[in-house]
Amino acid sequence: MTSYAADALVIGGGIMGASAAFFLRQRGRSVILIERGLVGQQASGVNFGNVRRQGRFLPQLPLANRSRAIWGKLLELLGEDAEFLKTGHIRFCYNEQQLGALERYAKDARDYGLELELISRNALRMRFPFVGPEPIAGSFSPEDGHANPRLATPAFGRAAVRAGAQLFENTEIVSIAKVGEDFEAIAADGRRFRSPVALITAGAWGGILSQQFGEPVPIVARGPQMAVTEPLPYRITPVIGVCTTVEEEVIYMRQVERGNVVFGGGRRGPAYADIKRAYVVPTNTLAQVKQVRRLVPALANARVIRTWSGVESYLPDDIPIMGPSARVSGLYYAFGFCGHGFQLGPGVGDVMAELIDRGATSTPIEPFHIQRFTAADHAA
Amino acid sequence: MAEPRVIPQVIVVGAGPAGVRAAEALVQAGLRPVVIDEGRRDGGQIYRRQPEGFKRPYAALYGSEAARAKALHDSFEALRGRIDYRAETLAWSLWENELHVASGDRVEALRFDALIVASGATDRLMPTQGWHRAGVYSLGAAQIALKAQATAIGRRVVFLGTGPLLYLVAAQYHKAGATVAAVLDSSPLSLRLKALPKLLARPEVLVKGLGLVARLRLAGIPLRTGVTPVEIAGVRVDGVAGVTDRDRGGDLHTIDCDAVGMGYHLRPETQLADLARCEFRFDAETRQWLPAIDEDGRSSIEGVYLAGDGARLLGADGAEAAGHLAALALLSDAGHGGLEAEMARLRLTLLQMDRFRRGLAAAFPWPAEAARALPDEAVVCRCETITAGTLRQGVAELGACELNRSKALTRVGMGRCQGRYCGHAAAEVVAAAAGLPLEAVGRLRGQAPVKPLIIAADSADTEAAA
Repeated sequence: MTSYAADALVIGGGIMGASAAFFLRQRGRSVILIERGLVGQQASGVNFGNVRRQGRFLPQLPLANRSRAIWGKLLELLGEDAEFLKTGHIRFCYNEQQLGALERYAKDARDYGLELELISRNALRMRFPFVGPEPIAGSFSPEDGHANPRLATPAFGRAAVRAGAQLFENTEIVSIAKVGEDFEAIAADGRRFRSPVALITAGAWGGILSQQFGEPVPIVARGPQMAVTEPLPYRITPVIGVCTTVEEEVIYMRQVERGNVVFGGGRRGPAYADIKRAYVVPTNTLAQVKQVRRLVPALANARVIRTWSGVESYLPDDIPIMGPSARVSGLYYAFGFCGHGFQLGPGVGDVMAELIDRGATSTPIEPFHIQRFTAADHAA
Repeated sequence: MAEPRVIPQVIVVGAGPAGVRAAEALVQAGLRPVVIDEGRRDGGQIYRRQPEGFKRPYAALYGSEAARAKALHDSFEALRGRIDYRAETLAWSLWENELHVASGDRVEALRFDALIVASGATDRLMPTQGWHRAGVYSLGAAQIALKAQATAIGRRVVFLGTGPLLYLVAAQYHKAGATVAAVLDSSPLSLRLKALPKLLARPEVLVKGLGLVARLRLAGIPLRTGVTPVEIAGVRVDGVAGVTDRDRGGDLHTIDCDAVGMGYHLRPETQLADLARCEFRFDAETRQWLPAIDEDGRSSIEGVYLAGDGARLLGADGAEAAGHLAALALLSDAGHGGLEAEMARLRLTLLQMDRFRRGLAAAFPWPAEAARALPDEAVVCRCETITAGTLRQGVAELGACELNRSKALTRVGMGRCQGRYCGHAAAEVVAAAAGLPLEAVGRLRGQAPVKPLIIAADSADTEAAA
């Protein structure tokens, strides 16, 4: 059976894998990118499209900042912008307690180079006349924005291929192991891929592969509950989010330039990695539309034309697995982004390429090390 | 007589011929089904009832089908009070054993043990350059305008496409006093002759069809077969101005008109079957994916039955029989006995109708080759203004050779109709460009809502609680 070799083997063609392949090529490393379906078809292709930094886990901001810089250069890097727009991101709150949380976050984020503007009740309505009566304040992140998830990852994939990466789609890896100095991955049809470096960027399927190296992780698949309206006059420029501790109140929405309003939030739906399917639960959509009209009452008479979901992966502490393996040299991970990986994607690709190329990265990623789940095994 | 084991909660979706006959059989067995229908009144599309206050008699509205229309309406009237009838209600999604319905901005989840989906069919459309212009309607829409509101789509109308509905609607327009400028059929006459043995399965329907054609000819209306539609000409402001076609000899003809009614037979409305996760199979004869059903209408999902044109295009009579049979299958599955003889009779009826259906499919084929010939600038997806060229570019430059991938990368099928009207043609364009058999490009997966759902949607309980 045919055998392929390269400096690095990237398994999983989502936004992490596709951008890592692209940035590895930029560093002159030969790359094989393997995807079980088509590039950008799962979590990377079905998410909300948020290019948002505010509200993130603070230690993740350096990575998010690095990624944000890449989003702004997509046209230059890839020859297309994946509809990235720097529209700003506004996070509303409904009560004093959450206003306190917004204020604390804005103060803390400043240390990470993220400047946020707190907007009071009246100013909020001057700036964003579409907002309903309930929000009492908002936190505005002017440099954040949104992009089209259906386009971004395939664009990275094509750019990687143009730069010389070997892409294998519809290729399912059934086993991966280190044989001597090299990793050897074997596809369902028997093709073999060899490389001294392996990067696992397989999203919800990442755990199956990390387990083969003795590093099992408690990863679960869940599906975002997304919806989009018919096209409407373009009036809502910023991406909208809500700062709340009540799950039902979580809603995020953005209007694209052609007029459709995309939204999601609230409870997640069931997702099945084995059949590559995730579903939208109708009661979740009904709960969302309530929050949509609460935030933007003028949308009450608009109509939802489509809902969708996809297979995302979640970890118990709600942060990803990213960095080198704790057990196997030459092995790296970047998966399990818990529904907030889209904005980070290009940055993750860049950081992983740097890590693989240089053995270290200037961006702190220690909190995401796989060891936090496998340390107990080591002690044993 | 075997006693029924359980009294299942049954929901019938659709109050056309299949839905009404299904509900009737359930009521006769002592059940009280919920009947959900999008229409203001029962009858479905074929036996659509005019709004209250309109006084046209049955003969004027339904012609040769007046007796059947009246019989169905009367049957439905007799069911009122014995069913839970929800008019103007959309079944917008389905989850486990709950059907989610919306009426205006009021939503509700209705539990069911068994579901009969009799969702009917809509026009199957093959784009022609210029079909996005104002004044172009589907044949079904042209007929609804006439039936529901006694309105024509234009003063001088060209009917374009293929299939029995093409001739029926043209004859109805002529009778109503509109000028039918021409009837242009993409199917050659030779296929009709070849399909004759199968069409003879229902001689009375065949005779009615021939009668329609004869009446149009007698009226001096130009009827041409085997044509290739070339363009629907017009300008942005005024809409349609004329239709150009190429005849079998290769000559171009242009006919002036102010409206076009077009359609290439029908396609089942299958979104609910899709949301119920029913298995679909590719039907090579008609080049489309259909939900898999057994001879009685059982889908691949237990408790979900599919009947009428929403499953197989057997026409109104076939839908009545299929709706009846699906209900009996449901009752039989629920433990009711003594139904076998009636079921056997209905199966025989459906077998004969299916032979006729295959005859129609052979006589009036879907013009797949027209998709290959579509100019790059022709719009395929009207909701999103996606052209054939964009789809081909998607194949060539983005590798979008599967229909859902093409949707993700080009936006085809992403608009208000969710690909119901462009999906078949888009699949043909993609398959031709990719050099793949049609079944290899797949089908657009159905996603809720079945039709647009208003953001104001709220359940009665929430309002009571508020």
